[in-house]
Parts: sequence; structure tokens; C-alpha cells
Amino acid sequence: MHKQIRRMGIGLVIAFVLLFAQLNYVQFFAAGKIASNRSNPRALIREYSIKRGDILSLNGKQLATSVATKGRLKYRRTYPMGELFGHVTGYYSINYGPSRIESSYNDHLLGDSGVVSIQDIEDRFTDSEEQGNRVRLTIHTALQQAAATALGDERGAVVALEPSTGEVLAMWSNPSFDPEPLASHSPKQQKQAWRALEPASPTSPLVNIATSRGYPPGSTFKVVTVAAALESGRYQPDSRFPDPDELELPQTDDTLTNFTNRACTGAGSIDLFTALEISCDTTFGKIGLELPDEVHETAEGFGFNQQVPFDVRTEVSSYPEIPDDRKPERAKAAIGQQDVVATPLQMALVAAGIANDGEVLRPRLVREVIDPTGGIVENYEPEVFSEAISPQTAEQVTEMMVAAVASGTGTAAQISGVKVAGKTGTAQTVEGANPHTWFIAFAPADDPQIAIAVIVEHGGSFGSEATGGAVAAPIARQVMLAHRQLSEEW
Amino acid sequence: MIAQPTGIRNRELALLILALLLGSGALALVAVARDQRELGEAVPMMALLAVFYVAAHILMRRFAAQADPLMLPLAAVLNALGLAAIYRLSPEKLGPAQVTWTLVGVAFFVATVLLIRDYTVLARYKYILGFVGVGLLLLPLAPEIGETVNGARLWVDLGPLQFQPGELAKICLVIFFAAYLAERKELLAIASRRVAGLHFPDIKHFGPLLVMWGLSLCVMFFEKDLGSSLLFFSIFLVMLYVATARIAYLAIGTLLFVGGAYLGYQAFSHVQSRVQVWLDVFNPDYIQAEGYQLSQSLFALATGGLFGTGWGRGRPDLIPEAPTDFIFSVIGEELGLLGTAAVLVCFMLIVARGLRTALRTRDDFGQLLAAGLIAIFAIQTIIIIGGVTRALPLTGITLPFMSYGGSSLLSNFILIALLIRISHQTAAAPDPARTAEILIGGRS
Repeated sequence: MHKQIRRMGIGLVIAFVLLFAQLNYVQFFAAGKIASNRSNPRALIREYSIKRGDILSLNGKQLATSVATKGRLKYRRTYPMGELFGHVTGYYSINYGPSRIESSYNDHLLGDSGVVSIQDIEDRFTDSEEQGNRVRLTIHTALQQAAATALGDERGAVVALEPSTGEVLAMWSNPSFDPEPLASHSPKQQKQAWRALEPASPTSPLVNIATSRGYPPGSTFKVVTVAAALESGRYQPDSRFPDPDELELPQTDDTLTNFTNRACTGAGSIDLFTALEISCDTTFGKIGLELPDEVHETAEGFGFNQQVPFDVRTEVSSYPEIPDDRKPERAKAAIGQQDVVATPLQMALVAAGIANDGEVLRPRLVREVIDPTGGIVENYEPEVFSEAISPQTAEQVTEMMVAAVASGTGTAAQISGVKVAGKTGTAQTVEGANPHTWFIAFAPADDPQIAIAVIVEHGGSFGSEATGGAVAAPIARQVMLAHRQLSEEW
Repeated sequence: MIAQPTGIRNRELALLILALLLGSGALALVAVARDQRELGEAVPMMALLAVFYVAAHILMRRFAAQADPLMLPLAAVLNALGLAAIYRLSPEKLGPAQVTWTLVGVAFFVATVLLIRDYTVLARYKYILGFVGVGLLLLPLAPEIGETVNGARLWVDLGPLQFQPGELAKICLVIFFAAYLAERKELLAIASRRVAGLHFPDIKHFGPLLVMWGLSLCVMFFEKDLGSSLLFFSIFLVMLYVATARIAYLAIGTLLFVGGAYLGYQAFSHVQSRVQVWLDVFNPDYIQAEGYQLSQSLFALATGGLFGTGWGRGRPDLIPEAPTDFIFSVIGEELGLLGTAAVLVCFMLIVARGLRTALRTRDDFGQLLAAGLIAIFAIQTIIIIGGVTRALPLTGITLPFMSYGGSSLLSNFILIALLIRISHQTAAAPDPARTAEILIGGRS
């Protein structure tokens, strides 16, 4: 039997050698790949062992903070302001990942170590008092609250910027969501909260209308068109245009009619200044036909057709280049219809650019990053995004917008004792649906402290009677007033 | 030429001290990593263990002086490392319990070495042991006392005492197989025909193989215990081959096994999912469900890497069933590839010493018994280490000497005691050849 026992021994040794080979594979050759698998809870435990830094409002209120738990994951994220800042902070969720500021400032919030590598893990399970940096935003809770109150139950968004710095003063989208249940450590609760928000639906509260939803900007876009006309040097505010009942379009029998379906003044002709003040479609349609390249270029100067740098993800607003064989579309695009799509943030950038002598600043949500001892890690300075138009053009457009509020379509935005510059928009959507109502503005006109864009989807509760002047302008006014109360500058 | 008994035992003592120092060091590190004060609990535990092991050694000096000197120290070092890992996972509950089980295990070891003065006596009780073995194997199926844990019915609950009778059954059955095969090996080896170059025994001699196959299928189908089923059938097959040298048995046996495994695969969804998990463990569809255990084991091993996290600095508590089936992965996370390789080498050394014992033994029963005992020890080790490292589909059985559990520890201590008894008896008995030489006054 010796022979068989020896053979058995050889067989067993081979088996042990194969086990050793497999161990080398698992623990050495493929170890990095296996250990970095998302389902390895060690990385998660490591990440959650850090006291993630707070997200603070401009006035120092905690918008997101970490509280100790008794569970396997040491800290849990809570959002004391609930849904008021849901679209700003985003959520810090195990299953659905971080979003918005929680995502874009993740490395800072986790601390100087930045991204946690799997190799770090082993050294760090035992020590406990690691703390991330705090991120202080540019938004004052009071103004954000004012924006939310002003918009009320209407579906839409309010974006307010400080024109001279690009800092976001308020960014509110309704509906919003409470990030807290998504940051729950109970997978079940997380999942339930996620499903309740219907993430696949286009109307999900998870969609930040202010940055991620594009709408036809309607007449608010006329400030871009008028700026292009003035920049071209071919027109002045007093340049006269015919004032027909309807604008005949080339290549087609179709015509462009005004909002009222008749001539804007009835005087046979209209000057450019008045055209903006009372939002005369035929005038701007004509500019669109005559200066297609200039309008396109000016739109891009304000941020259309490109990814505007921002602290959270944004949709690109678009102003398409229209070929020669589709000239009628150029007229419609010049009044913010057709294929023109703009986010509320984009229209706020337009207002801010005009307010800031034609210079558009990179929008910012974060003012500074502070380390646990109070030291400033990052302090974000204003940064010019583009020189959209000349200061002179900006001044001329401002005067027209002041007139639009003083005596034109935007009278509902008037603030006593303050010159407000604004432009209404009532954007046609699909046949049968009520128009979107817009208002963009800034104030005070001669020393702008706040630029704002407001949209109420499909006119909100006003229904088919809705106009930008009636629906959106009062909301903008309320937010501007709140800013005036808060600010010491005006 | 032959090492002097005291020399052998001194070597054993030296190695044992080394093993105990290593084990105490591991336990001390675990305790310190958790809390300095726990050292006060760990030290007496370790001292108590050392006393028992050294006592076992002293008794061996007297009663098994020429026994293999490596087996006890190797068992001790594996046991101590396992204990440190269990203590690290559960210092309040399982750690102290495992200390108690180890003490009982060492006591059983000593009792076995002392009581069974002549292993050949065991052959006389082969049928009793065979019945007891089968009985123990099927005991969990008994109503009232049988208990299902984690889907497999392999526990017996007798009020204050719960145990896995399968662990003890394996020793009884190996003794029975050894005695039975020693008696019948010539008969079973008679080849009546040649097929495809293999000598095939008579059909009727396949009877015992079929009986064992049926028993294995019972274990698989009714107790849902794949690991044990595989273990028992393969051990019989290996012993049958060792006894008869007939490859035909291995071939037919393997076919039967494959057939049985196929039946199991068709019949049980949990067998299918085991195989599926084995083939594609990181599939997100089931990494949190059926694949959870195995993937967590692999994460632990991979996180440990080459050098490990160090005692108490990893998170092996995240592995399900860490103290029992996955103890090897715990070692892998905290001691790294170096640790797991060392453990593997210790197991291989025990197997090598067992094979050496088998080769030196002169009677058929002794040879088959030693070969069978070491084979079952080795196969069990390979099945579970292969399972947790994904070299084989995972089946839950214990890792000898390291896993938490009384039944497993006791039976493995008895197993090693039997091997030690055989090795002593072989070395101590006068070599018949040499005796003859002396009698006829040959060269001396």
C-alpha cells in the first residue's frame, strides 16, 4: 500500500499548492482590485468614521451636519433646514451617492486627506477624531426663505445673484426635497425615500429646476437680442422700426404676430427703446432676421451653448445656429421661442451681466472652506466668466429695462424709492398648454446689488391668463425687497 | 539510527514551547489592541492552556515516548492562532468558550493516548464503530433532537448539550473503513476484466462503494450538508483505492460523485446558487444576497493583502460566520498572506507527518487507519480553505483546530491522538525484520 499512500500524499500536496496559488491571487495579485469593490464595506466604514464637515449658510447656520450614531457607521448626516436647501446641499447617501455640494466638495468635507484610498484604511480603523472641513455657502438663510415664500406653491424656480461677485444669493426650486431620509443608514428607509421622490420622473422633486431644467426664455431673451442690436452699431435706442400688425417672414406664408395680435403702438413705427419697454415681438423678430450671427454671438457671451462653470451640475442652455434655409426660425429665436432653451440660472446670468457693465461673473455657491480649527483653507475670489457686452450697451439696455418696470410690462416689480430694471417673459410652450411666465431683473439699477430670474411653470395658478408681468414679477419684487432689508448696501 | 525517546520528546517540548509563545503573543496582541486591561484576562487563559499542553506532553513522555514529536506542537500553534482570532472577534463569549473547549479537547487527547494502548484493538469493534458512525451521521435527522442551523441539519440538541455528531462520526467511520478494508482488500482488489486499460473488479465488489454513495446522498439530500457529504464519500474512495490499488474504483467513484453532485445541483436551488456564486462572486445582482458571505471573505483576504492589518486592526467582524467557517479569512485580513501561508504550511506539515506515520506502520489496519485519518483531516482542510478563498464552491465545514466549536475541536484532538498512538506503537514495536536478523545472528 506504500505506493498508493505516496500517491495520495502527492495528490494532497498538489491540492495544498493550488490553495497557496489561489491565496497569492486573492491576497496579492488581485488584492487591490478585490478590496476596492464597492461592496467592500471597509471603505464605507472608513469614510463614515470621519466627522464630515458642516455645510454652512452665509450667516453660519448649519445646512448639513454630522451626528454620531451607535451603529457600524460612526456618523450620520442630518440636514437641519430640511428641504429649504435640499437642492443646494444635495444629499450624502450610501446607495445613491453624494450629490450637489455634498458631491462637488466631497474631498473638502472629508478633510485634508481628500479621497480615501483603500490602503489608508488599515491604519485608521482605530483612531477616531478625524474631522472634515466646513464649507460656507454664499446664501443667507433668510433670503432663501424669502425666495421660497415668494414662490409659494407655484412650480418653478428663483435664482438670485450678486452681479459684482457672481455669488448666488438664493437658489430655490419648487418642488424641493428633504435630503435627510436619503442619508439614512437604514437601507430600507433610504430606498423608500428615494422611490417616493420618483427619480425617473421628469417632474421629480430631485430635479433642481433652477439649474437643470431648460425652458424657452420668451421675451426675457429680448434683452439679449437688443444688446446684440446695440453692440452691432447698426441700431441705437432711438432707431425706428416699422410697427406692423404682423411681421412677414421669408420663405413662408407664415407671419410673426405680437402678443396682442395687433400692432404694438398703432403709430406705424416704433423705436427700439419703446419696443423693449412694451415687449414688441415684431421689432425683435426683425432684428433676428437681420442680425442672426450677432444675436447668436451675444447669447454665447452670456453663457449659452456652453457649460457655465458652477459648484453644482448645470444643464447647458442653448441658442442654436439657424441655417439660411430656415430663416423664419431666426425671428422666433430672437424672441426666445423656437429652439431656444435657457435655465433659470442662465437668465439670472443675463440679468447679472447687464447689471455688471456687461461683464458676467462665474456664478458661485461657496464662499470659503474652513478647517476644523477655524483656518481658511480656500477663499473664492470673484472670477470673470465673460465680457458679454460693452459697458455702454449695458447702460443702454439697463435704461430700457428700467422703463419696462417704470411704465412697461414689468410694473408689478416696482419698489418705491428704488430704480428697478426688469424684463418680463411669457413663453409659449406646446399647443394648448399655458405659457411659462418669466421675470428677470436687477436692482438698484444704478448700483446693482441683486440680479434675479424667476420662472413659474405654465403660469402657475394664473393659468391661461398668466403673463410674466402678472405672475413672476411680484415674486421677484418680494425677493428683492427681502434682500434690501437684509443688505446694508441699499 | 533510531532517535532516542527522550531526544524525540525534548524536541517536542521545545517546539511546544515555541508554539505556546507564538500563541500567547498573538493573544496578548489582540488583548492590547482592544484594551490594555484585557491583558489581565488573557494571561491566565494562556497560562491555563500552557499548563494543559505541557501536561499532555509530560504524559506522552511516559506513555507514548516514541510518538511523532511534531503533531502536538503543530496542533497547538494552529489552535492558539485560531483562539486568538476567536478571542479578537468575541472576547466576552466565544473566546472564553473556545478556551474551555480547548482544555476539554486536550483532556480528550490525553485520554485517547492513555486509554487506547493498542490501536489494533479498535479493529475488533469495527462493526460497532461502523454502526455508531452511521448513526451519528444520521442523528441530526432524528425528530425532536435534530436541529437546522443555517439551512443545514447537522446539529443535535440534547437539552444542555448541543453538538455536531458528524464531526465524531468521521473518526468512527474511518476506523470502520480501515478495519473493513484491511480484511477485504485482497478480495476487493481481484480484477475480473480489463476495460480501457483499467483492471475492473467484479461488479458485486462495488457494493460497499454504492452503499457509501447512498449514505452520502442521504447526507446531502436530507441534511443539506454538501461539505460533509463530499468529505465522507471522498474519504471512503481514497481509502478503497489505498487498500486495493484499483484506479477503477476511483474512476467509478468519481463518476458516482459527479452524478450525485448533478442530482444535488438539479434538486436544490441552494446548490445552484453556491455554484453560481462561486463562478461569479462579484456579480452585483447577488453580492448582497447569496454572494454576501463569500464576497465578504474575499474582501477580508484582499484587504489583508501581503502583510495583513495586524491583530485587532482590521474589520474581520464584518465577515458572516467569522469564528467558525471563515476563521481562515479572519487570519487572512489581520495577518495577511504571510499569516495564511504560515497556517497552510502548518496544516501541510501535520499532513506530512500523518503520511509518514502511515508509511512506517507495518500492519494493514494501522496503515489504512493512519492514511484514512490524515486524509480526512487534509480533505476537510482543503474543502474549507478552498471554499473561503473561492478555489472551490463554498461548503460550510470547520477548519480543524482553528474554527470555533467543541465538536470539531474534540474530534480533531482525538484524531491527532490516534495518529500519535499509531506512530508511537510503530516506533516502539520491534521491527520484525530486525528481530529476525538478531535471531539468526546476522549482521549487527
